[in-house]
Amino acid sequence: MNWFSAIGDFLSSSANWSGGDGIPIRLLQHLEYTALALVFAMLIGLPVGAVVGHTGRGGFLLVGLANYLRALPSVGLLVLAFLAIGLGLVPPLIALIILAVPPVLAGTYSGIASVEASVVDAARGVGMRWYQVLFGVEIPNALPLILGGIRSAALQVVATATIAAEVALGGLGRFIIDGYAEHTLDGYAQMAAGAVLVAVLALLVDGAFALVQRFAVSPGLRAHIQKSGGRT
Amino acid sequence: MKRTIIGLATACVAVLGLTACGSSSNPVSGSSGASGAPSPAGTITIGSGNFTESTLLADIYVAALTAKGVKVNTKLDIGNREAYFPALKSGTIDLIPEYSGTLLQYLNANATEVASDPVYAALQKALPSNLTVLNQAAAEDKDAIVVTKATSDKYHLTSMAQLGPICGQLTFGGPPELKTRPDGVPGFKKNYDCTFGTFDSLDAGGPLTVAALKNGQVQAADIFTTDPSIPDNGWVVLADPKNNFAAQNVVPVVNKAKLTPTITAALNAVQAKLDTRTLASLDAQLNAPDKPDPSDVAQSWLKSVGLG
Repeated sequence: MNWFSAIGDFLSSSANWSGGDGIPIRLLQHLEYTALALVFAMLIGLPVGAVVGHTGRGGFLLVGLANYLRALPSVGLLVLAFLAIGLGLVPPLIALIILAVPPVLAGTYSGIASVEASVVDAARGVGMRWYQVLFGVEIPNALPLILGGIRSAALQVVATATIAAEVALGGLGRFIIDGYAEHTLDGYAQMAAGAVLVAVLALLVDGAFALVQRFAVSPGLRAHIQKSGGRT
Repeated sequence: MKRTIIGLATACVAVLGLTACGSSSNPVSGSSGASGAPSPAGTITIGSGNFTESTLLADIYVAALTAKGVKVNTKLDIGNREAYFPALKSGTIDLIPEYSGTLLQYLNANATEVASDPVYAALQKALPSNLTVLNQAAAEDKDAIVVTKATSDKYHLTSMAQLGPICGQLTFGGPPELKTRPDGVPGFKKNYDCTFGTFDSLDAGGPLTVAALKNGQVQAADIFTTDPSIPDNGWVVLADPKNNFAAQNVVPVVNKAKLTPTITAALNAVQAKLDTRTLASLDAQLNAPDKPDPSDVAQSWLKSVGLG
């Protein structure tokens, strides 16, 4: 059995593109989990990162905490949350949010903390209040790094949202987990096709964020992104 | 600099230590499991698969034989059937606890027997000529549909045969493979005209399925018959009169050359005492927080039934 043709057969079979367990529905579910996790991660990561970056206090603690969070295995968290909460969207969201917060937090914090001190001083010197400094000077200057953090979080969440299928939810992980459970060649082909779909989706999402980064950032800063690749 | 070197050295030692622990776990030498030295004459070598219940059953056989003065060697925790069965065939080990249905499928993938006695009879025919099975125990470790006491009372439900009319109202939790396996969703439909309202893909009788049944998010679940969660929660295992799930009676597989009347009598006496409820409660004891040694649990049970 040729693996490339087996994966191709799965992806080109019209039966797999329709119905409640077809590829389009699974794709939408996958994007739904990803978007929800990202929104919550931003609700947590952006304000905390901005405050710490702006005040310069607690940066050491924050970086340490973010690194610890990154070390938590997502599947373990998912099982733990499931045992505490049960079926539903909340357990996988908890696991995905904890995965997504560190890059958002780190990007925001380091972006704001690394705005040149002379620029911030000048803003204060012309009489800007703290919120004017934060929203008018620091955040626009930090935007390449902040967006880079969100982009890297999105990439990780798209790739990891497959674990939702472990706890009876949908998403592209359904193809991987069901295919594996079959222990048959057809099952493994389905599993591989699921992995291909996740990889393609991850590339598309990353590309979309690259475009956002390109157009949302002030023209004066674009040269900087192109040099650094826009990543944290 | 000095600190870095010390740190790196410590890390290396730790990693090497882990590797050593990992590599010492195969008691049958050689990766195929079949190349070990033959078991010495005059003693019987008992093996087990690499899961708790298999080790427990092997420990029960060891203790029962030792009590009758038989010389016993052990090679426990060998691996899966693909690893230990060749060792049994070649005489590296002489006896291992098995489950009738899966062993029959391993030996003959086309076997169609599902009820206990036909499976046992077919198994005797399918075994290699140097091996045989002793009596099968009533104890079975197999998939079963399990419901809570409350659900059982509410629908007067004790058997899968009663499921048909109410299946549509129930949410079922089980491993994803049951959606397509012949003894899963297609079998429920064919044998009991049962199509569950919702099928939630969880794990194979593991913590997710147990948790979902416990908190009421699924009303029926696929859990193994000897799982400690069943006695712990007072759950009801639905009878399976049409053998949708093939029989999995506990049965010792033995090398004929090592079999003596003493061994046969001692082990058949154990088999006669071993039912599913007993095995489940012994598994539950092993699962206790203090993680007792399986051989202690085996010994004290044998004493309690007068065989130790």
